[in-house]
Amino acid sequence: MKKPFAITLDPGSSLANHTGSWRTVRPVYVDRLPPCNDACPSGENIQGWLFHAESGDYEKAWRLMTEANPLPACMGRVCYHPCETACNRAQLDECVGVNAIERFIGDEALKYGWKFAPVAKATGMRVLVVGAGPSGLSAAYQLARAGHTVTIREAGPLAGGMMRFGIPKYRLPREVLDAEIARIVGLGVTLELNSKVDDVLAAKRDGHFDAVFLAVGAHIAKRAYLPAGSAGKMLDAVAVLRSMEGADQPLLGRRVVVYGGGNTALDVARTAKRLGAEESVIVYRRTREKMPAHESELEEALQEGVLVKWLSTIREAGESSITVEKMTLDDKGIAQPTGEFETLQADSVVLALGQDVDLALLDGVPGLEIDGGVVKVDANMMTGHAGIFAGGDMVPGERTVTVGIGHGKLAARNIDAWLRGETWTHPPRHELASFDKLNTWYYSDAPKAQRPVLDIVRRQSTFDEVVGGFDPATAQFEARRCLSCGNCFECDNCYGVCPDNAVIKLGAGNRYAFNYDYCKGCGLCVSECPCGAIRTQPEEI
Amino acid sequence: MSYQPIRFYQTGTFTVGNRLLTEEQRSVQSGRERTNSLNSGHRACQGCGEALGARYAIDAAMAATNRQLVAANATGCLEVFSTPYPETSWQIPWIHSLFGNAAAVGTGIAAALQVQGKRDVRVVAQGGDGGTTDIGFGCLSGMFERNDDVLYICYDNEAYMNTGVQRSSATPPTARTNTTMPVGESTGARFGQGKNLPLIAMAHEIPYVATATVAELRDLEAKVRRAMEFRGARYIHVLVPCPLGWGHGSAETIKMARLAHETGLFPVFEAEHGEVKHVSKIRRQLPVEDYLKPQTRFAHLFKPPGHADLVARIQALADRNVKRFGLVDHAEEAT
Ligand SMILES: Cc1cc2nc3c(=O)[nH]c(=O)nc-3n(C[C@H](O)[C@H](O)[C@H](O)COP(=O)(O)OP(=O)(O)OC[C@H]3O[C@@H](n4cnc5c(N)ncnc54)[C@H](O)[C@@H]3O)c2cc1C
Ligand code: SF4
Ligand code: SF4
Repeated sequence: MKKPFAITLDPGSSLANHTGSWRTVRPVYVDRLPPCNDACPSGENIQGWLFHAESGDYEKAWRLMTEANPLPACMGRVCYHPCETACNRAQLDECVGVNAIERFIGDEALKYGWKFAPVAKATGMRVLVVGAGPSGLSAAYQLARAGHTVTIREAGPLAGGMMRFGIPKYRLPREVLDAEIARIVGLGVTLELNSKVDDVLAAKRDGHFDAVFLAVGAHIAKRAYLPAGSAGKMLDAVAVLRSMEGADQPLLGRRVVVYGGGNTALDVARTAKRLGAEESVIVYRRTREKMPAHESELEEALQEGVLVKWLSTIREAGESSITVEKMTLDDKGIAQPTGEFETLQADSVVLALGQDVDLALLDGVPGLEIDGGVVKVDANMMTGHAGIFAGGDMVPGERTVTVGIGHGKLAARNIDAWLRGETWTHPPRHELASFDKLNTWYYSDAPKAQRPVLDIVRRQSTFDEVVGGFDPATAQFEARRCLSCGNCFECDNCYGVCPDNAVIKLGAGNRYAFNYDYCKGCGLCVSECPCGAIRTQPEEI
Repeated sequence: MSYQPIRFYQTGTFTVGNRLLTEEQRSVQSGRERTNSLNSGHRACQGCGEALGARYAIDAAMAATNRQLVAANATGCLEVFSTPYPETSWQIPWIHSLFGNAAAVGTGIAAALQVQGKRDVRVVAQGGDGGTTDIGFGCLSGMFERNDDVLYICYDNEAYMNTGVQRSSATPPTARTNTTMPVGESTGARFGQGKNLPLIAMAHEIPYVATATVAELRDLEAKVRRAMEFRGARYIHVLVPCPLGWGHGSAETIKMARLAHETGLFPVFEAEHGEVKHVSKIRRQLPVEDYLKPQTRFAHLFKPPGHADLVARIQALADRNVKRFGLVDHAEEAT
């Protein structure tokens, strides 16, 4: 070819120059574990379902959420949301309102009647679940989805466990609970009510079950020693709350004293107020800071007019009054008596001092170990007796609904593996997406959305739900506050900031890839990724 | 601002893209159809701010002109790393002549296009700070003064980097370059020297003058788009950090540009016909130390016993910018 004067070479493209050879480190896309997911005892992929909620695809969000938790409308109301405590956004302004969004999505599912996907092919294996509390329901749901034939035996007249016979209606409306339980039963689970299991081995043998999951909860009220002569009306909290579900409401009188400092104490005191008590007083041994009950619930109780006598113990309960002794905290923070006494009027005293597990059905089960009143299980949720698994309040650990649901899920996975003669192992956990991995410059400022609260008069006289739900706009706003910690949310930053065009955008939903022929390893994408979804890795040279 | 910022969509308009925005609301850089005017394989350093800024600006210009664009390039890093004979990274009509004449070449192309009646083909002339503020300044001032229909883009990395980091009239006071070494009495580049080219351009009363950084992509794109709405001489001055000459990590290029803006040292604004029309407010104001410390060209300021007095003078420059351009809006600090 004839070339112009002084030109000897054909024009070429710089693409011939593979600058990737300059690199000493390479960027790689990763998925890190968001702190919310890490903290969720049910093992929800919160960041994952928020991603769908952000774009308004609530059904997809619900499907992902219910992989781990079949009761989102309930949990969006009663969960103590450890996810929010762990949320990275709290270090920026305020945590993401995960719980409120979960509730919104759970309610959407009920509103539109979304159903779980049909179950897998039947395996022919039979599993008995004892107890229809959250833990039992969660296990039954997961086992049914895996194709096993599941029967739940429940001692009580209705399913739900402490979600029905403990947690009051004004926190968890029963229509919501009923609807979510019905959806689980709808998977083909057999629910036998009023069927207490007295001997688990016999039940297993007689029903030809291949495995058992125990989730009987903790229902025996702990008693306190109060001197003889306490002739007044003495009740226990769980019994009072349970009777709220029956036809006859408990008679507590005008002046109610509740003894204890946990959430149950607050639930009883608030219930008493709603039943018309003029005075509802909690007597608690220690101080507000030491109270095990959740701050938000205490706050709500105080708003409703519940009174608390801090640093006090009941010494004696009489016909219509009680004697309390003032306490003081010593250097170690332990409550010590002072010898100062005071008399309080009381028509009834309700003890809310915690619950023990009724272990009678386990008598004589070989291998089974009991420690401190709870049943020991291994990392796979199996008791010392092969084929019998347990979870929820009856095993060691925190006693909350979400823990129960998590145990149910974990046990179901293990039962499923065990039935096939295998052992389930947890897939390796991703590295934590801690706050220092984020580039928070990119997130816009947005204060946390608040849920509406019922007016105070109706809170003192009715059992209407106290805390309201989000409207769609608020739910979406709140979902979009999520930082998507550790997981790409397709912001195109890496694609944009690469000076070498070495990031390939694969299109919506497909994320990105590096073109290592040209990536020089500058690390700009790593520093500018808002959510910490890229890591640098040394190049093998 | 030439674009309406979007709030509360997780990242608003801060990131390059945002899957929650409609297509029309997205940036040019977020699109797979962007021109990639400056393609892979160029020989710029790792993390080069100029390579990034040039692609941002020229891709935006290509989008704004429906890909009817010619670019003239001054000598400098951008030319050297993109076009070592016979290869080029440019995927647009592009011409290089001399160090000092990019503006004049642009003028010539514009004149030729006018003669040919091709009004839809637009002209960009571009160069680094050396080719713009020093060597090409005469040609540029002429282009402004005649109001030739050219958009001139200066990629300012504050020194002659491709020849080994020598001071230019855009080098900031106290910066170490190979011609302003902090040895003996010297403390780097002097105070009171250098030029503020955006203000000089404004003094020509040309239709459009703007400053931008590689840290604010949407702002930069909007300014290029706006510039293309005018006929006549236009000038955009883009701050492009240089890992080599500034001595910061290659992964910190965008961070440095961001800090230059957030400390007030580099005011980001736009002006029409000699009047400032809009300034980019500082989002989270920071002391100048935050900007100076990560750069080895300022390391001597912090070596014990340190030069607190000089740092204070740099802070005073930032404070002056904040006041002069109204960079901080106390009433609506929340973005
Ligand atoms: C008043 C109160 C309020 C609470 N509030 C909250 C809250 O807001 N948030 C939270 O996360 N947690 C709360 N908890 C704790 C939470 O309710 C429990 O941790 C959770 O319900 C435990 O689930 P589980 O499935 O292990 O047991 P349970 O919910 O107790 O269910 C066990 C079920 O097994 C049945 N059963 C028992 N023995 C037998 C048997 N032998 N045969 C057949 N069935 C049997 C029982 O009837 C019951 O239905 C609260 C608890 C109480 C008491
Ligand atoms: S910001 Fe989102 S992903 Fe990160 S911890 Fe909070 S809820 Fe989880
Ligand atoms: S920068 Fe944005 S697009 Fe790239 S990996 Fe991170 S989140 Fe995903």
